[in-house]
Amino acid sequence: MNAELTTPVLADILRTSAGEDDGFQLDDNNLDSSFDDLGYDSLALLQVTGVLQQQYGLSVSDEQFQEADTPRKLLTLANQHITVNS
Amino acid sequence: MSAIIAGLGIIAPTGNTVEEYWEATLAGTNGIDELTRFDTTDYPSSLAGEITDFDAHALIPSKLMPQTDSMTRYALYAADRAVEDSHTTLEDLDPYDVGVFTSASGGAVEFGQRELQNLWAKGKEFVSAYQSFAWFYAVNTGQISIKNKTKGPSGVILSEQSGGLDAIAWADRKISRGLHYALCGGVDSALSPWGYVPQIASGRMTTSRNPSNAYQPFGTDASGYVTGEGGAILALTSPEEDLHEGDYYGRIIGHSSTFGEGPNALEACITQALGRAHLSPAHIDVIFADAAGVAAEDRAEALAITRVFGIEGPPVTMPKTSTGRLLAGAGALDAATACLALRHQIIPPSRCDYSLHAPFVVITEPTRAELSHALIIARGFGGFNSVLIISNT
Repeated sequence: MNAELTTPVLADILRTSAGEDDGFQLDDNNLDSSFDDLGYDSLALLQVTGVLQQQYGLSVSDEQFQEADTPRKLLTLANQHITVNS
Repeated sequence: MSAIIAGLGIIAPTGNTVEEYWEATLAGTNGIDELTRFDTTDYPSSLAGEITDFDAHALIPSKLMPQTDSMTRYALYAADRAVEDSHTTLEDLDPYDVGVFTSASGGAVEFGQRELQNLWAKGKEFVSAYQSFAWFYAVNTGQISIKNKTKGPSGVILSEQSGGLDAIAWADRKISRGLHYALCGGVDSALSPWGYVPQIASGRMTTSRNPSNAYQPFGTDASGYVTGEGGAILALTSPEEDLHEGDYYGRIIGHSSTFGEGPNALEACITQALGRAHLSPAHIDVIFADAAGVAAEDRAEALAITRVFGIEGPPVTMPKTSTGRLLAGAGALDAATACLALRHQIIPPSRCDYSLHAPFVVITEPTRAELSHALIIARGFGGFNSVLIISNT
């Protein structure tokens, strides 16, 4: 069975690869906020998607990543393309 | 009319605040020791002036941590302290009226080394996206301006040690042409193998392993310099600012840069700076020497100083004997130290645990004196010379 990217794991990856504002916690309440509103710029997302590609064996085009402009969309996209086992 | 020096931000091996640094400098505390940042077992050199007790996670916003290394974190911290010390709220100023000017030597080599190792050991997918800018020479200027949302004229100067003085003079020039506020100076760190080894290869870094006298500028046994990390950021404001004496440190009244190794180009640099300040040599109350610690370079500096000032010239000091040479941070830290000397009317001492061989008086104990004008000399690797003169009124 393929591994699953969960909200807490994505939160960890965001924190370690791009940092976070004081008191911010990625959870169900802000999954539909845009990364832009959450303060993550294109370079931060490049860093995050690079980590996802390495850790989950994702093979997703840059265009697909760009369309995933909220955490929920990124979770859905990643979980559709994970190739590593849990 | 020249700019007012309204604030200082200092980060050095001997202190992370202006107060801590000044106290340690007066006490002659030694910031030089065996390097702890990485293993130097197989290296001929092993000493450095390292910054300790810097809690980056507490002092730097979380989002800036993955995109910075020690050098840039120190620079961001020093810039924040300089703004605070100048009692200015940057948000109240027009962002186009605030500029940032810093000096650099090798860029953020700690960051660059780590990512190049990722590239060659693991593959391009493992290189940080932030490598696209984080290791560049201009990164300190860039990050300071982004964090403080400044949009005015900004730049970076690459002339190693002398760059710290050049960046301050550049900011001063912009302010004399109408810019309102500038953060300027230099903060550097090359304490990673990639930053340290080239300095060994230059043949100018000492191989002495005695922290107390390895770096001995104008010493009878001078064997090279000890490197260090840190520097200073100065906050300059427009002279129209309604400040009272005591609210500011002083003004930049003279600067010059020349190029060439040896005494002639340095002598010309000192003479030109005095000319621009409309001062004669007798007006200078203290000289902050470049203090290479390399015998031939010390001789050249001694010759240039005595040619301009004679053999009974002003006293010379070199507080960098306590910190090592901070690369692009050194000139700015000396300028900040000169500001403190002018404010407190005390010449800070050189830490001379060795026998001196200099044709002028070198200050080795904190010395009270009437100080109106301080002259700072800085030389950068390869022949850069810069001189800055600061007045306390």
